Amino acid sequence: MDKPPRRVELTLESRIESVDLGEELTRSVAGSVGFDEGEQYKISMAVRECLINALEHGNRGDRRKPIGLHFALHPDRLEVEVHDQGPGFNLAAVPDPRQDEHLLKTSGRGLFLVRCFVDELAVKCGCNGGASVKLTKRYSSNNRGSVGSNSEKEKRS
Amino acid sequence: MSVKIDKREVGGVTVVDLSGRLTLGDASAQLRQTLHELLDQGKKKIVLNLGQVGYIDSSGLGELVSGFTTVKNKGGMLKLANLTDKVNDLLTITKLYTVFEIHNDENTAVQSFS
Repeated sequence: MDKPPRRVELTLESRIESVDLGEELTRSVAGSVGFDEGEQYKISMAVRECLINALEHGNRGDRRKPIGLHFALHPDRLEVEVHDQGPGFNLAAVPDPRQDEHLLKTSGRGLFLVRCFVDELAVKCGCNGGASVKLTKRYSSNNRGSVGSNSEKEKRS
Repeated sequence: MSVKIDKREVGGVTVVDLSGRLTLGDASAQLRQTLHELLDQGKKKIVLNLGQVGYIDSSGLGELVSGFTTVKNKGGMLKLANLTDKVNDLLTITKLYTVFEIHNDENTAVQSFS
């Protein structure tokens, strides 16, 4: 049976500074489980883009509405969930910003970047309102730095 | 954490030096304001020197596109120079390299206006 993941859970205010904070925290968490610098950049940018979506579209900039940022550190993968208070969205309906008709649009690239930078992306719309975006990044031999293998980290923890 | 923007004139072309992070919030707004000021002054040949920009998010990319369109609609041209690897990668995966005229260095970008 899988060992239960270690968890880190935060609640952020709906403000631009929270996006920067969430990005920095994600970079630290990704580094702590051994992702190399390039992967830390990709994971933290993916989370940053989800936080921007949560702030601008989910919570519509309303500071009273919180954003949840949850990390689950599994033995084989890092999962990050970003929760907001919005209605959610249909991932399949999000247009590809690389299509000619969308190239000159000034928005709409965030989720595309998320897709590029993580292994899995899923959206859940809560039955009681609120939505969450879940990102998964798996550990592999070529995306980890010098911190050590995950099994070594698990032994240390 | 934000962006620093300086302007200078080189051979009739305005070179805008950016350094830092071009992201959601003040940084994107600063770039927008700078470009509007240049257009108001009649300066329509613009090179964005991104050599010191190590990070751009989707909002920053959107601001670059907005700047490109705004300058073009006023009869000018906005070109990019000196991209860092990360910024170059982002323009590649988003296919924005097909929108912008991108030069490896500032001199080539400036000379391309003549």
